[in-house]
Amino acid sequence: MVGLIGKKLGMTQVFDDAGLVTPVTVIEIHPNVVLGERTVDKDGYQALVIAGGDELSEKRVLKPVRGQFGKNTVRKHIREFRGEHEGVEVGSELTVAMFSDTGYVDVVATSKGKGFQGVMKRHNFGGGRATHGSKFHRANGSTGMAATPSRVHKGTKMAGRMGHERCTTQNLRVVRIDEEKQVVLVKGAVPGPKGSMVIVSQAKKRNG
Amino acid sequence: MDIIKAIEAEQTARLNQIEENFRIGDTVKVHFTIVEGKTERIQVYEGLVIAKNKSGVNRTFTVRKISYGVGVERVFPLHSPRIAKVEVSRRGCVRRAKLYYIRGRVGKAAKVPELVRKKSATKK
Repeated sequence: MVGLIGKKLGMTQVFDDAGLVTPVTVIEIHPNVVLGERTVDKDGYQALVIAGGDELSEKRVLKPVRGQFGKNTVRKHIREFRGEHEGVEVGSELTVAMFSDTGYVDVVATSKGKGFQGVMKRHNFGGGRATHGSKFHRANGSTGMAATPSRVHKGTKMAGRMGHERCTTQNLRVVRIDEEKQVVLVKGAVPGPKGSMVIVSQAKKRNG
Repeated sequence: MDIIKAIEAEQTARLNQIEENFRIGDTVKVHFTIVEGKTERIQVYEGLVIAKNKSGVNRTFTVRKISYGVGVERVFPLHSPRIAKVEVSRRGCVRRAKLYYIRGRVGKAAKVPELVRKKSATKK
């Protein structure tokens, strides 16, 4: 299933059909354009090339990027979606209406960068006692064994850069679709700051 | 941001059947729709408005009452479509925006004096 490229606008709350307050994230999806497709014969794999996001002036992009758009207006993002996509033709536009009978969606985005963080925040380590003579507070503690292997294993959880990574939130319920405003409202939070690019697709693990 | 504001404005316009005609310190009757399986009925919850919070679609108000000797506080979203209406049964005269001090008081000390308007004020 092909996904759509959108922009996270922010969060608010709406009253659902039962009159209950539902926290929602508003995602703006201007009609995405199918720029082309990759085929097994030509490229070695099957995929669709989709352009989305805000429109840009031609001067803002390099010529090789400009060329990919052909006669279409230049957009901010181009993404490929792997696999066969039946019923989607090259040159056609994909709008939010695509999700009208989708119950749940997955949203891919880049999470907010948290900077250099310690192990308690980054890996949910327990830490030590704050008082009663404790000299062990927020440090990571032991990172390995003894003379064997006498080194630290690769991938050991330590302090470091946190966030700003590709992150998928699965099974978010589609609360409302507004075709006029070109927005989709999904229940709950979506990774990343406001104004960032998100990819919305049908939920992989949940249908209907 | 404008789209979010538009979505919120749409909701407050569509759902705002009730006017915010009550103030802090008033005693109100909140007619709240309760869904029991397939049937709907309206339950009346009467108590003292001790706080109003937030703004726009998020706006809520807190109603406190003493039920069988136990203090009960309910927070209602002002724009909830489940609120059928809000009746003011008694106007209160208070000087605070939040009446949390009521929580620590019992009996007569927990009373809010009634707002008595002068005749000239009521005439208009």
